[in-house]
Amino acid sequence: MIEYALYFAFCCFGLGLLFCLYRILFAPGVSDRILALDTMTVNMIAVIALFGILHDTTMYFEIMMLLAMVGFVSTVAYAKFILRGDVIE
Amino acid sequence: MSMIAEILISALLVIGGLFGVIGSYGLVKLPDQMTRLHAPTKAATLGVGGVLLASLAWFAFFGEHPSWHELLITLFLFVTAPITGLMIAKSHMHLSWHADELPDCGEDQNWATYGASAERSLVGNGTENDSTDRDMRE
Repeated sequence: MIEYALYFAFCCFGLGLLFCLYRILFAPGVSDRILALDTMTVNMIAVIALFGILHDTTMYFEIMMLLAMVGFVSTVAYAKFILRGDVIE
Repeated sequence: MSMIAEILISALLVIGGLFGVIGSYGLVKLPDQMTRLHAPTKAATLGVGGVLLASLAWFAFFGEHPSWHELLITLFLFVTAPITGLMIAKSHMHLSWHADELPDCGEDQNWATYGASAERSLVGNGTENDSTDRDMRE
């Protein structure tokens, strides 16, 4: 039963990543692209967590943690950059 | 016991996946930028939280030893999602809206992100009025 739920969740997050890709390619503004990239990071964390369940290993925890931190910092830096033209003033 | 755990983990996975796909679909579907900001920062974060809780439950019930690592990531994501939303909303406001297009904030001040150095104040009607207002406030 868990296996089917796992594949369902894989399909859901894969579809979510495709929606994000569409929004990155056809975005009306720059801030929309930042939002889509941030959502892509969050979806990717979920996919890695699902992969960890599928392979029954805790090895992917560090990858998720690093991806969460780098995703957050890069999103804030990108937003700050288009806001002020500089990341650290 | 094992059956209950399986049902719990499957339910968390399905609910998390649905929330994730709804959040990402909102990114495509919703009409304008400020409403589009709602979908990923709320729904998608909740979906990832559901999946990470499922992972936590899986390793607690079926793994060698329980680990609280996933809870750490969930908390980190839940703390950082509002900050991300705030930064993106701010950059969108400054990029595509003029200060006098914004709705009135009801007090004798400008919007905080535009600060005292905004080129036009929101209070008052004419430009002369505005400049005197701003001079007095500064």
